[in-house]
Amino acid sequence: MPTTIGVEHFLIVSTLLFTLGVLGVLISRNIIIMFMSVELMLNAASLAFIAFSRLHADASGQVFVFLALAVAAAEAAVGLALIITLYRARGTIDSSAFSIMKW
Amino acid sequence: MTPATIDTIIFYLAAGLAVGSAFLMVWQRNPVASAMFLILSLVAQAALYIQLDAIFLAALLIIIYAGAIVTLFLFVIMLLNLRYEQFVEPSGGLSRIIKVALAATFAASIIAIVQRTLGGGEPFQVLSGAELSFSSVKEVATALYTRYVYPFELVGALLLVAIIGAVALAGKETQETASPK
Repeated sequence: MPTTIGVEHFLIVSTLLFTLGVLGVLISRNIIIMFMSVELMLNAASLAFIAFSRLHADASGQVFVFLALAVAAAEAAVGLALIITLYRARGTIDSSAFSIMKW
Repeated sequence: MTPATIDTIIFYLAAGLAVGSAFLMVWQRNPVASAMFLILSLVAQAALYIQLDAIFLAALLIIIYAGAIVTLFLFVIMLLNLRYEQFVEPSGGLSRIIKVALAATFAASIIAIVQRTLGGGEPFQVLSGAELSFSSVKEVATALYTRYVYPFELVGALLLVAIIGAVALAGKETQETASPK
């Protein structure tokens, strides 16, 4: 265990979180959990932004995280409205039931 | 213990908690438990933000993400009123093994790139005084309202569009039932 932590440690945590988000979208068949995994991926990217912001002592990275937070809120509102509409149409939250657009 | 050692211990605790609860979030059958693990992961990530001196954004992460977005998720789960049989299992069998292998390859390659380009480098230099103010609310707000004012305005417009879109999508059914053709 190294005694000092640098930017690469935070980037590795960010990578692991992003990968878990990708894995959640791939593995889960529950659309609500899939959607939470997308939020996790957004957060992982934000952590990388903050780490680089600290490395360069520049506030720009934090501004991007602020904007990403607003986009995530907008995305959550629209996405959850879509989930409600899908549930009304099909009566299930199983993603394999929504295959009408699948070739 | 020196401050550097304590910092390291806090980092490994927070990082382990963030990644561990994210892992548990993915492997749930019940979306409510999943949302709880998401909150736990977000709180640990806020601790990491504080370690990176981004105190304002750590507070925002807790207030907006854990306080508003995850609550919205829980509201929707409550609104759908699912029975336990409707909680679908994650996909299993061969497809799961392939997906985990793909994700592990992805993570390993990114980590290898990070280690090659940034690994073994010097740790963060200790900032003090005027240098440290880069992450204060004042500095972030100055950057937001001067250099990044157009993205800021656009994000406001995006939020408005998202509100209208959400109402149009979720409110459609009730409108039709209220006034049948």
